[in-house]
Amino acid sequence: MEIILNTLISLSLLGVVLAVILYFVAQKFKVVEDPRIDEVEACLPGANCGGCGYPGCRGFAEACVKAETLDGMFCPAGGNEAMKNVANALGQTATEKEPQIAVIRCNGTPEKRKKTTKYDGPVSCAVSSALYGGDTDCQYGCLGLGDCVAACTFDAIHMDEESGLPIVDEDKCTACGACVKACPKSIIELRNKGKKSRRIYVSCINKDKGADAKRACDAACIGCGKCAKVCAYDAITIENFLAYIDFEKCKLCRKCVAECPTGAILELNFPPRKEAVVEKASETTEIEK
Amino acid sequence: MAINRLTVSMSPHDHGKDSVKKIMFGVVLAMIPALLVSVYYFGLDAIRVNLIAIASCIFFEWLIQKFLLKGKTTIVDGSAIVTGMLLAFNVPSNLPWWIIVIGSLVAIGIAKMTFGGLGNNPFNPALVGRVFLLISFPVQMTSWPKVSVLNFAMTDATTGATPLAIVKEGLKNGETFSSIMNNMPHSYTDMFIGQMGGSLGEISAAALILGGLFMLFRKIISWHIPVSIIGTVAIFTGILYGIDPDKFANPLFHILTGGMLLGAIFMATDMVTSPMTHKGMLVFGVGIGVITVLIRVWGAYPEGMSFAILIMNAFVPLINKGFKPERFGEKIKK
Amino acid sequence: MLKTFPKGGVHPGENKFSAGKPIETIELPKQVYIPVAQHLGAPAEPVVAKGDVVKTGQLIAKSTGFVSANIHSSVSGKVLKIDKILDTSGYKQTCIVIDVEGDEWLETIDRSAEIINNTDISAEEIRAKVAGNGIVGLGGATFPTHVKLSVPAGKTCKYLIINAVECEPYLTADHQLMMEKGEEILIGCKLIQKAVGAEKVIVGIENNKPDAIKHMTELSKKFEHIEVNALKVKYPQGGEKQLIKSITNREVPSGALPIEVGCVVQNVGTAFAVYEAVIKNKPLFERVVTVTGKSVKKPSNILSRIGTPINMLIEAAGGMPEDTGKIVSGGPMMGKAVSSDKIPVTKGTSGVLIFPEQIAERAETYNCIRCGRCVGVCPMGLEPYLIKNMAAVKMYEELQAERALDCMECGSCVYVCPAGVPLLDYIRLGKANLNKILRAKKS
Repeated sequence: MEIILNTLISLSLLGVVLAVILYFVAQKFKVVEDPRIDEVEACLPGANCGGCGYPGCRGFAEACVKAETLDGMFCPAGGNEAMKNVANALGQTATEKEPQIAVIRCNGTPEKRKKTTKYDGPVSCAVSSALYGGDTDCQYGCLGLGDCVAACTFDAIHMDEESGLPIVDEDKCTACGACVKACPKSIIELRNKGKKSRRIYVSCINKDKGADAKRACDAACIGCGKCAKVCAYDAITIENFLAYIDFEKCKLCRKCVAECPTGAILELNFPPRKEAVVEKASETTEIEK
Repeated sequence: MAINRLTVSMSPHDHGKDSVKKIMFGVVLAMIPALLVSVYYFGLDAIRVNLIAIASCIFFEWLIQKFLLKGKTTIVDGSAIVTGMLLAFNVPSNLPWWIIVIGSLVAIGIAKMTFGGLGNNPFNPALVGRVFLLISFPVQMTSWPKVSVLNFAMTDATTGATPLAIVKEGLKNGETFSSIMNNMPHSYTDMFIGQMGGSLGEISAAALILGGLFMLFRKIISWHIPVSIIGTVAIFTGILYGIDPDKFANPLFHILTGGMLLGAIFMATDMVTSPMTHKGMLVFGVGIGVITVLIRVWGAYPEGMSFAILIMNAFVPLINKGFKPERFGEKIKK
Repeated sequence: MLKTFPKGGVHPGENKFSAGKPIETIELPKQVYIPVAQHLGAPAEPVVAKGDVVKTGQLIAKSTGFVSANIHSSVSGKVLKIDKILDTSGYKQTCIVIDVEGDEWLETIDRSAEIINNTDISAEEIRAKVAGNGIVGLGGATFPTHVKLSVPAGKTCKYLIINAVECEPYLTADHQLMMEKGEEILIGCKLIQKAVGAEKVIVGIENNKPDAIKHMTELSKKFEHIEVNALKVKYPQGGEKQLIKSITNREVPSGALPIEVGCVVQNVGTAFAVYEAVIKNKPLFERVVTVTGKSVKKPSNILSRIGTPINMLIEAAGGMPEDTGKIVSGGPMMGKAVSSDKIPVTKGTSGVLIFPEQIAERAETYNCIRCGRCVGVCPMGLEPYLIKNMAAVKMYEELQAERALDCMECGSCVYVCPAGVPLLDYIRLGKANLNKILRAKKS
């Protein structure tokens, strides 16, 4: 009995003494922070992806509170909605931004782009590209070693085993730009997501002469300029034997897609073309028969 | 002429042809003499313990790698065999099979795979397993079978204490070291050959030294760790013995008994858990020597080698930080 | 006791199959591809255009800065085009493509075989001729030689060290050059000595070439202040800082140049090129290339014109072996694996090595077992395992503190690693990125 009593008393005393010490230490080292930082941080997705250019969401929140206007401040992961909330919390207005998405500008599947050498080394695009142009004759194309996959904090990009190319998950991608920075070949570009997430882009960045590019890869842009001629909106420019579609100008008319001789221009999430529909319809009827 | 697809890789394009596998099997080979001696003195029990330990270590590594870590199989590198053998070397030969399996699970599951497998473990897995067993099953772990030459009958042999325990007990009871040694059933020659009580693989100094020389020759270990451990123990116990030869055991006794040589040659030299530079290795060895003597002379346990190695394992990152190699061009000579 | 460096080093199998094979010339290719970036520093600027007719030895690309070098045509013929061609770097680089017609040399080049021992030329003139004739370091680093010959103000050079170590396995080009052109080399040494104002010339040769040591010692008696030193066979004995340490016991401080300790190091092939440039007025448009490998029928030392596709050299050495798995330009320790057999010979191509398939691929990779062998063999006293890990996780400040930039990429660490860890792959990447960051900080 005595032991229990002694234990209780001594432990309680110890607790009280330590609590007092802790109180004073906490007082002495108290950090006064702007309470709005917490408020702003609460509006952010908390992914710490770094897409805003600040070290983590907390860093961005601090920067937002410090900054006089929200111009140039944007959280790609949270998008316009998060920025609206941040603006409300700070009593400012946020600049709206067109939602964007990462786009892979290489379509060099193994069938189209033959492997010419064997790469023997760590599974890292950065290491491989420091060594040489890549295991195909195209020294611009995707190396397929997945640095972009490793860089993504949203699990939004994956390697497709069949094509050896990365695939962007449209629902998960927040256009934070981590993969763009990670890709040593600068294949990935952030483009406007587009209406109904429809997009048209040149899926190639090969700057070699047409003949060289074609020799290396069947899906290469050869810089023939047919797409630029057919474009009614001046959205396509050709530089260094390479076409580029300006997504701000493109009206998604799809004329260039049909015109491209190598199929280097890709369209995403469009309904099937009319001819294609007819063909498909006849196919199905045949099957039904 | 059409040529094959060329391989492109970074330089160098030549390799020394040594591999983890070769190193691991080199260690196994170096342990064979000690194993043979233990078979000679403990009979087939020695083989039984070894087989159970190796099999369960390999099994647990395979299981964890396949179902928990979901990586490629790593058991082919041979490190599980080394861990299994070292664990077996560190237990009495009459240990029940289920205790060995538990020891293997702790060694592989907790001490090795938790940290990410080979190369990432801060503590020597076999020693973690052994110390876990020593604390959990003190009776079974300290009842040593008496040595009997080539006894394959597998009858329940009588048990006896290790020389270290006899001396510790005797000194505690106020006897002098020389009188204890006079009553000791084992002479120094016996201890050198291995005719004394103890863990399965630690008894024969001769066999262990032979294995150590083989590893030195194959450049699997360097001399720094064993020499610094044994040297420190010899000097430290020598000083104590010089102060009072009645109260302290002499250095030769300390070196030949217990897990001293097994620890110094096979356990402390484990590449993964020892320092990177030779200077660091010397510091590491001195630390182990000092702690071992402290535990043996003033501690509760008669043997302190395992604890000493584990304690110094914890200091390895610090040693690596503190004892860097001398950089080229650091000192400008005139 | 042979002289050597104290720290680290390895001893790879020597495999000098082509030792003792006389230097041979091969027929001229139909087309040559001459890259404009064959040296460290700024690429040269082409001064010829499509359709121009050039003679052998004519300037075709002009140096664009102090650290840059002139490029000369290695053949006579017509410029077909200036195009991007795959070269040793693994990327397409600007090359001048010339259709070969005959072999008409510039009249200014003295083609006689007569050895002229004339060192009565001023230092300025030597430097000017070396720069004009586009001489670069032929050991493999291809640093423009005229830069090295210009000793900065306030510094003096005591020793001129001639690197005839050839510590890379397989290679024998320098060895054979010494056996055949020993006297010319020594005159070249005297010329370089004059340009840098060195008191003494020391030729360092690894002890696995006793015939070359004997031959050069014999010849050096004719000259003043030239000494030949036999060195222990240990890789990387030919590393600049290691060689200085071995011969003079002076240690070049981290980040500094050899002139800091009063030394200038030149490759033995460079010394020969300097002789030809200064005395014979011949630009650097050909070099000795070792073509060898375990399954090569006729390992050879070939005097090749710059811009010759390497498959022509391989043909001359008995043809491409059936089991070819890897072609390396340079030595096995520091050379570059190439992605095609059509890449051109450049000024830095000291060898063309052909590896059979079964040894082309790297050793199996395990986890690092922290054995510390990489630390033990690093000749610069670095910790490769640590630097590799830091590079992989992009810790650049720590990389700098760990002196990653001291690494000379000799490959000793990878050679000994029992776990087959690609240490150097990551270290190179880390160094490149760190250099980028440091440059950005400066500007």
